[in-house]
Amino acid sequence: MDWKRFLFILLVIAVLFGAVVLVGMVKQEPIIIIASMLATTITVATPLTLGALSGLFCERSGVVNIGIEGMMLTAAFFGWLAAIYMSSIFGFPALPSLLVGVFFAIVSGGLMALLHAALSVTFKVDQIIGGTVINILAIGITGFLNRQLFFESGSVFGGTVPHGPGTLPNILIPVGQGVKAICGWFGPSESCLTFANSMDKIFSQGPITYAAILLVILSHFVLFKTTWGLRTRSVGEHPRAADTVGINVAKMRYANVILGGMLAGLGGAYFTLESVPSFEPLMTNGRGFIALAAMIFGNWTPFGAWAASLVFGAAQAMQINMQVFRDVIPPQWAFLQVSYVVGLAPYILTMLILTGIIGKTIPPAADGVPYEK
Amino acid sequence: MTENNIVLEARGITKQFPGVLANDQVDFDLRNGEIHALLGENGAGKTTLMNILYGLYHQDAGEVFLNGQPIEIHSSRDSIKAGIGMVHQHFMLVPVFSVAENIMLGDEITRLGMILDEKAVAKRVLELSRQYGLDVDPQALVGQLPVGVQQRVEIIKTLYRDASILILDEPTAVLTPQEAEDLFRIMHELTERGVSIIFITHKLKEVLAIADRITVMRAGKVIGTVTPKETSEQKLATMMVGRDVILTVDKGLSQPGEEVLKVDRLKVHDFRGLEVVREVSFEVRAGEVLGIAGVQGNGQTELVEALTGLRPTASGRMLFAGKDLTGKPPRPLTETGMAHVPEDRQRHGLVLNFSVADNMVLNTYYRPPFARFGVMQPEAIDANARNLVKEFDVRTPSPFVAVSKLSGGNQQKVIVARELSHGVKLLLANQPTRGLDVGSIEYIHQEIVAMRDRGVGVLLVSAELDEIMALSDRIAVMYHGQIVTTVDAKKVTREQLGLWMAGARPEE
Amino acid sequence: MRQLAGKIGEGLKNSLPSAVNSLLVPLLAVLTAVVLGGIVIALAGGNPFLAYVGLFQGAFGNARAISETAIWATPYIFAGLAVALAFKGGLFNIGAEGQLAFGAVVSALIGYALPGWLGFDLPAIIHIPFAILCGGLTGALWAAIPGFLKAYTGGHEVINTIMMNYIALNLTSFLLNGPMKDPNPNNVIARTPVIAESARLAPLFEGYRIHWGFLLALLVAFLVWVLLWKTTLGFEIRTVGANPDAARYAGINVKRTIVLTMALSGLLAGMAGTIEVTALNHRHELGFSIGYGFDAIAIALLGKTHPLGVVIAAILFGAMRNGATRMQFLTQIPVDVISVIQALILLFVAADAIIRYIYRIRAASERVVLTRGWGG
Repeated sequence: MDWKRFLFILLVIAVLFGAVVLVGMVKQEPIIIIASMLATTITVATPLTLGALSGLFCERSGVVNIGIEGMMLTAAFFGWLAAIYMSSIFGFPALPSLLVGVFFAIVSGGLMALLHAALSVTFKVDQIIGGTVINILAIGITGFLNRQLFFESGSVFGGTVPHGPGTLPNILIPVGQGVKAICGWFGPSESCLTFANSMDKIFSQGPITYAAILLVILSHFVLFKTTWGLRTRSVGEHPRAADTVGINVAKMRYANVILGGMLAGLGGAYFTLESVPSFEPLMTNGRGFIALAAMIFGNWTPFGAWAASLVFGAAQAMQINMQVFRDVIPPQWAFLQVSYVVGLAPYILTMLILTGIIGKTIPPAADGVPYEK
Repeated sequence: MTENNIVLEARGITKQFPGVLANDQVDFDLRNGEIHALLGENGAGKTTLMNILYGLYHQDAGEVFLNGQPIEIHSSRDSIKAGIGMVHQHFMLVPVFSVAENIMLGDEITRLGMILDEKAVAKRVLELSRQYGLDVDPQALVGQLPVGVQQRVEIIKTLYRDASILILDEPTAVLTPQEAEDLFRIMHELTERGVSIIFITHKLKEVLAIADRITVMRAGKVIGTVTPKETSEQKLATMMVGRDVILTVDKGLSQPGEEVLKVDRLKVHDFRGLEVVREVSFEVRAGEVLGIAGVQGNGQTELVEALTGLRPTASGRMLFAGKDLTGKPPRPLTETGMAHVPEDRQRHGLVLNFSVADNMVLNTYYRPPFARFGVMQPEAIDANARNLVKEFDVRTPSPFVAVSKLSGGNQQKVIVARELSHGVKLLLANQPTRGLDVGSIEYIHQEIVAMRDRGVGVLLVSAELDEIMALSDRIAVMYHGQIVTTVDAKKVTREQLGLWMAGARPEE
Repeated sequence: MRQLAGKIGEGLKNSLPSAVNSLLVPLLAVLTAVVLGGIVIALAGGNPFLAYVGLFQGAFGNARAISETAIWATPYIFAGLAVALAFKGGLFNIGAEGQLAFGAVVSALIGYALPGWLGFDLPAIIHIPFAILCGGLTGALWAAIPGFLKAYTGGHEVINTIMMNYIALNLTSFLLNGPMKDPNPNNVIARTPVIAESARLAPLFEGYRIHWGFLLALLVAFLVWVLLWKTTLGFEIRTVGANPDAARYAGINVKRTIVLTMALSGLLAGMAGTIEVTALNHRHELGFSIGYGFDAIAIALLGKTHPLGVVIAAILFGAMRNGATRMQFLTQIPVDVISVIQALILLFVAADAIIRYIYRIRAASERVVLTRGWGG
């Protein structure tokens, strides 16, 4: 990632954070607001990060994937469905049900990706249209099954949505404890304790969120330091060259697209198993596409994609945190209260970024091109 | 090891593609430590045969023997294992990878079975480059290396895989005569160390200079195998084409008229913003052919694109037919009388899934008689197509078939027909015969000379030195974005041009 | 199974005249999707035969059913043409949804508010065309933005049109919940007031809801065909779509053509929304159009991006949506199953290689490029 891009990301995040701090200062201490913003940013960036990593593996191997949205939606539904089956039909406790749910989310994401791989690698369908097929299919299947299973009388769940197993519990990394201990040495002060509590807020996240961050690091390692990564990139840059040294182009592409689908599946699990304990039709709400933009802005690198995801996360966090300060927003800024307007930020940001005003990024050379022997 | 030890042999190889018999009962053998040239026109079946030996295709019939033992080659992995290495005409290198990454790809040295060990690879590369006199830096990015060096990387790539048989597919196409000399030296070095080389080319002079034996292919069949001693350029050409070929173009003296194109200190940038045409000045007169000689990638492409309005000019001026048309888009240039036969005909010159008729009005569709008040006039478009098809001898079942169905030569004729059909003052032809068969080449050469004789100014850009020398009245040599010198075509030798193309400065 | 399918494919190919042969793949795609849809219905506990009988009865069973099918088909024709036209120009407009919504909002505004602003009632002969025109132009402007970004910055239209969909959704929510909300004190829904009588497009026949908008859609389809194949602008659009490099070489202003193509595409999508308002709903209500934009992609591809094909595909999709209610009544299978069948149709049309594989039809010799990757 070049410094210009990095600076831009820092700047946007600073502006978004600053705006919330300015509005909320009268009500809360800035440090608390910042901590809360940071915590929300990291949380809501999770599906974007995973979606971007999904796109990354696909596109590094030469397959454009605009079906991330559909893969996430499918995974969100089937993960949730599996969890509900486990808990309310088979009577398992919450945590195992949820973990089975995550497993099924990953599998269903992988299966959708298998379809995408078949379309784009074997049948050489225009990959953008293939991705659109995935998206529309996902909307159709999840919408139909959601209605059929939960809202039709005489269906499995008898026309009601049963109580689900809830969401995955947050895991607290005891950074705050450490800070408190350090505070203790200097004699406990008010601000030190506030800081420690803020740390607890930031370092209490769901398991999928932690996994996403670990996967960013792991993806970087895999892509740039291993045989698998070298071969994946070669297939995405110059498939014929890879073919002439005995690398099976189709196999590499299948494997990477499916891997990408599984990552999107984990991202889908976030929606129904970690964020909220329910499913709604169309609930991914364009996150798959924003993830794609994050991947492009991150120049097809894991860390770049993560940083860009955080920008979008910050935009969304602003919208969420502004709600808290609804009553203290000065009247001339009242239109910001309308969440529709603040809610536009990630979308407009996406379009702005794609114009390349912060510098163009270069896709893998064979991205989107079917390989013909 | 004796001289006549056959290391690789193909017997009765037949390969059918839809509509073409690419290889018909082909026999071919390679002796240990020899350079065996495979000569033939485009489409003669040389590359198909090599792709079969290298495992990219599989033959329909016939057998391959390695050191006398029959072997089955189903993939490039099999051929690599058998010690066969191939340097493709279009390099199989990933530009954004380092030299070391490119060399190890598919055959990586790793730690713990998966982590790349770049240091070990770099060490091996340095060893090989020292051993064979192939100088490269393992850390360099391939995309930033000159083509000559990229070719060396390709050769090291095969040696890294312990190849003892090397297939070089048209290796000199992208090299200057001097770089080609260097390559020949390396080839000799390799054969001395026991490597056997198959050298694919269509250049007669090179074959005579370097090969131990020459096999000529035509239309999928082997015509014969000869040694350089018992043959000549003319004999080889006749074998290649199947009839007597006139190696020179018949043309009279030129009668240059007034200046049609004047280029004055033109600067052009490439897509990265680098200055690739640096203060170029020249002029083209009516009734003369100005040839621009130079190795590919010395700014010719960008120069032509700037002159035809496809690329912005950074500074300088272009006067065409007395008017300053610097930086104008293609349309006013066409309307002033510029015809352009583009370098990449399928990318720029044609819309492949449009009909021949539509392609013949691609840049005149909007004006009468082809359109009136924004409405297309199919009758006029059809009539135009019928006339041009007849006049330019375009072989097509009908003017309404998609142009993609035509052969390369006929596609080029569609472009030439279109470009020469509207009042032309200047013809810009960039690589007009690349990849065409001899018949089409002859036809297009005749057209160019005919245009010249009708008083059209011609600017010819070609990487084929023979073509430049055959057609041009004057020759400008381009090197590193500059015109090194402009000379009278009759008063210059191949060798002298070759030196200038490689960057030598002419003595004042 | 495939043996049988191969025989069906062969039989059809031999018995049909060659002109119909090019329609073979779309036909078989629909057939295959219907068979698979039947399996889905059976798995969900319904009787697939009864379901399809219901579907057909509901769509074409009587004059009223046909009238309702035409009503469903009308926005599909406009939106399908919008996507098809963009495809011809090498652009993928996934944003028909947003263009349609904004077209509807603006024509509703003109419909209910213009007489008030002017202070006098307009004659229908002016009010109706003006409302339609404004709605269409809004769609055109909305689509021209991603077109402009594509042409002048290289921002990919696929992501941008999708983003514009979300922006349109948010903005219309804002408008319909705020400034444009129906002020009737009993109203709790996000919707506009009813448009004036003078802005309403009349029904074609007394007692049926089928309206002039359907005929307008057919006329527009014809006009799109004329535009694409009979005019120089159409030649330019198709050339840019087929090979932008060659278009530039041929002296066509590629950037301008891209913006224009998107604007025309948006115009058609905007009209889809505007006709729904002026002829059918007589107001705009939030969420009335969910999915039209995506269905339009399937329709454009099923119709092979040809206006006539789009009309036929749109009527098919309209019939399915319309007949679904009767199907649900007969079999208790939710209407949402139609979305699955339509997605399957799209899958098989887009991936005609699958259909060719199943039914053993030889591949078309050339690949038509519809969209390009990020590089372009």
